[in-house]
Amino acid sequence: MSDTPRHRFEALVSALHAALLPGEQFTLGFSAEQSQFVRFNHAKVRQAGTVAQASAQLRLVREGRQAQQQVTLSDDAQLDRQRLDDALQQLRQTLPLLALDPYLSLNESAWHTHSQQQHPLPELDEVLALVEGEAGDLDLVGIYAAGPICRGFASSFGAFGWHQANSFNFDWSLFHANGQAVKANYAGQAWNAVDFTARLRQAREQLGFLGLAAITLKPGSYRAYLAPAAMDEIAGMLCWGGFSAQALATGNSALQRLYNGDATLSPQVSFAEQVSGSLSPAFSDEGSPRLDVSLIDHGQAHERLISARSAAEFALQSNGADRYESPCALSLAAGNLPNAEILERLGTGLYISNLWYLNYSDLPAARMTGLTRFATFWVENGQIQGPVSTMRFDDSLYNLLGSELEALTQEREMILSTSTYGQRSTGSSHLPGALVKGLTLTL
Amino acid sequence: MFDSGALLRQRFNALRSKAEVFSLRHVKQSHQALCVRRNVAEPPSFSQDEGAMLTVRVDGVEAYAATADLSQAGLQRALEQAEALARQIARHSLLDLRGQAVTSARHDHLSPNLDQAVPGIADCLGLLASESASVPRDSRLVDWLASLDISLVEQTYLNSAGAELRHAHRFLFPGLSVTASDGKDSQSRSLGLSNFGQQGGFEVIHRCGLIGAAPRIADQALQLLLAPNTPSGPRDLLLMPDQMMLQIHESIGHPLEMDRILGDERNYAGTSFVKASDFGHLRYGSDLLNVTFDPTLEQELASYSYDDDGTPASKQFLIRDGLLVRPLGGALSQLRSGLGGVANSRACGWNRAPIDRMANLNLEPGDRTLQQLIEGIEHGILMSNNRSWSIDDARNKFQFGCEWGQVIEDGELKGIVKNPNYRGISAQFWRNLMAVGDHSTFEVLGTPNCGKGEPNQVVRVGHASPACVFRQIDVFGGDA
Repeated sequence: MSDTPRHRFEALVSALHAALLPGEQFTLGFSAEQSQFVRFNHAKVRQAGTVAQASAQLRLVREGRQAQQQVTLSDDAQLDRQRLDDALQQLRQTLPLLALDPYLSLNESAWHTHSQQQHPLPELDEVLALVEGEAGDLDLVGIYAAGPICRGFASSFGAFGWHQANSFNFDWSLFHANGQAVKANYAGQAWNAVDFTARLRQAREQLGFLGLAAITLKPGSYRAYLAPAAMDEIAGMLCWGGFSAQALATGNSALQRLYNGDATLSPQVSFAEQVSGSLSPAFSDEGSPRLDVSLIDHGQAHERLISARSAAEFALQSNGADRYESPCALSLAAGNLPNAEILERLGTGLYISNLWYLNYSDLPAARMTGLTRFATFWVENGQIQGPVSTMRFDDSLYNLLGSELEALTQEREMILSTSTYGQRSTGSSHLPGALVKGLTLTL
Repeated sequence: MFDSGALLRQRFNALRSKAEVFSLRHVKQSHQALCVRRNVAEPPSFSQDEGAMLTVRVDGVEAYAATADLSQAGLQRALEQAEALARQIARHSLLDLRGQAVTSARHDHLSPNLDQAVPGIADCLGLLASESASVPRDSRLVDWLASLDISLVEQTYLNSAGAELRHAHRFLFPGLSVTASDGKDSQSRSLGLSNFGQQGGFEVIHRCGLIGAAPRIADQALQLLLAPNTPSGPRDLLLMPDQMMLQIHESIGHPLEMDRILGDERNYAGTSFVKASDFGHLRYGSDLLNVTFDPTLEQELASYSYDDDGTPASKQFLIRDGLLVRPLGGALSQLRSGLGGVANSRACGWNRAPIDRMANLNLEPGDRTLQQLIEGIEHGILMSNNRSWSIDDARNKFQFGCEWGQVIEDGELKGIVKNPNYRGISAQFWRNLMAVGDHSTFEVLGTPNCGKGEPNQVVRVGHASPACVFRQIDVFGGDA
């Protein structure tokens, strides 16, 4: 890059300030990454490349009207200023065509926040050598994604936020010859070859259980332990509008009955949006500092995620949520079940490492369906008997985290999002495992 | 169109590389998203995106570098990055591509009616506002929106063998949705959105049926709120095209993707219950099942002349008279597998590399009118418009839900039912196909939201289908 990303962003902000006409306000978001992507299949490199991308999201506001435009930035400072100016002109032409926006709400405070870490990332040669040395004889498939990520925000009111971090995310599966697989992940900001090797070896050890004869279950209700990665899929469903102020106000939230007071979850369940301490930027794409928000407290609905727009529309107080009102750092409070006692407490039932492809079968009832995937085992008297063939569940959240919830684990896992749609995600979740008395399998 | 074409060609010609083959894929996209929700226009959103992917092949090993810096120096830098990476991974590479042919074709492809301008923002917002305002006043109608997304995409593929393949597409995605709620239950009814999109001009909005549809959609949402739940048990199932597209997508399209069968996607999108040895042998469905990869329906979302690796696209049967004959595999997968394939190597943009994707995947029409399909059912249910989808990683055990259900008894449509769901197993489901609708029931649909790949990619795919009837499927409703 010709300059640091922060300097590029600051230069664009300065140019915008200079170009602004009386009566105009702007917000400017910034997103950039330089990514190394390496796909593996059969422990070999299937596809490798680098991606350097940056974009700016300009919102122009004037006389109660607003419109926004995103432009890709080219790394040429002059060209980028021109692109931003073109966007400004287009937005200026658009605003007079619009009606007054009754829900326009701007954060006019001049807040400042800055976060930057530059832990060194591993050389690709080191990663490739570790994979070859530790898993060269295994059927490893997955992706290594690494590099710096930047997010910025500025407004004509003087707000300025900057977030920059080096990070990596190696997400892989090891396949047994019988088609069963175990999934593992090593992600974070500080790479440690010893830790990575330990994760690889741990996954290799788990492969041993997958060689046992597969067990096919009949539909019915089963005791089950849902590991944190499986819980992450369930939590992910709740992020589809579950806590959204707009969705809750318009009948589109799966947690409608909870927030209406018509249903409760187990007193063990406390969800929060826990931005502080997470890897996410401390500000939203709307231009507000993100706040930690208690969402469900001991089974009772508490706060909801409220964007500036929803606050205006539904007469609420914004709490820093972005426009989609989806958690970026969902946290579920720990319980009292030690990891070491999971199999013993489960006794006889299912140990589910991962779930897959969840969706709602009845959204207002918070009833969801999905499938077991990767290492799922049948356990009898606390002993693993063998892997379970893929099974579908269809059950309500009010059962799984309500009447049927027996315990949550003491230990939680910080799960960093592997999503790379459009750009590498900075989202995460912090979750325990859950022991449930009954999980309904249907197919 | 292609206003930067000459400069791009000039810069490409000036690139220097020791690679045996290299290519540049330049993508320029503009997007406009308009929405009126509950009679208030959401802030219009626009985007402009432009960049290029440089791909090299060095001693049979390929690597890429994607950049938005399109200057001569920027492109040269990306090319050298890709070349260095290809050498770096050579010892670890899964594939040796020295035997893979390289295209030298030159061709331009344009969406239909691309030269005809679509109405401006004010007119589009006026149309959406009018539709929104025609939703009746009823306290149970708690949410509604009318939307229109328009994307213009120009892509130029150049390679060192002399190829120059240019595509210019315009995509329109109209949509309408209404939610009714009584405080405990909610039911939504929609038109378009992620279930409809086509290439073309403003005629797409007419073909979608958006204009004037809001009162009917709102009334249907209210009807659903009052309707009983879908009964449980085996019934003959009549799926309308707006659900058939999802059924085709999930339980034919994804399982036939060759990169899944070759294992590339096992860590994310999944594998397939179909094996390479099944092609030419597996009876996938009843004799009535004919499925094609068809890039020739010009308005369908993924109609194109060449895929993103430069393979010419043509209509091919994947399943003929129920027999599985051909996978969804691009040139690379064909080389790896030794099987035939199609031109389906596609990328979502300049910053992602092509992989095997669905494109237009269609079910060929049969010979029954909708009335004949209904009359042929003694104890069944009609389902329309997908709202929920879930299928295992081998694309076998599925459960799908629709917005709209209607009981069929003794050859007649009866009452409306809510929360219509059904489940089955792909490997068995298509063998229960008992009747296929004719051209009068055939609809060209598509979705902008097919996700797959590591790193992740979302592409537009087209699905055209008639209404179809399946024998004795396990159906059920919701809890509410």
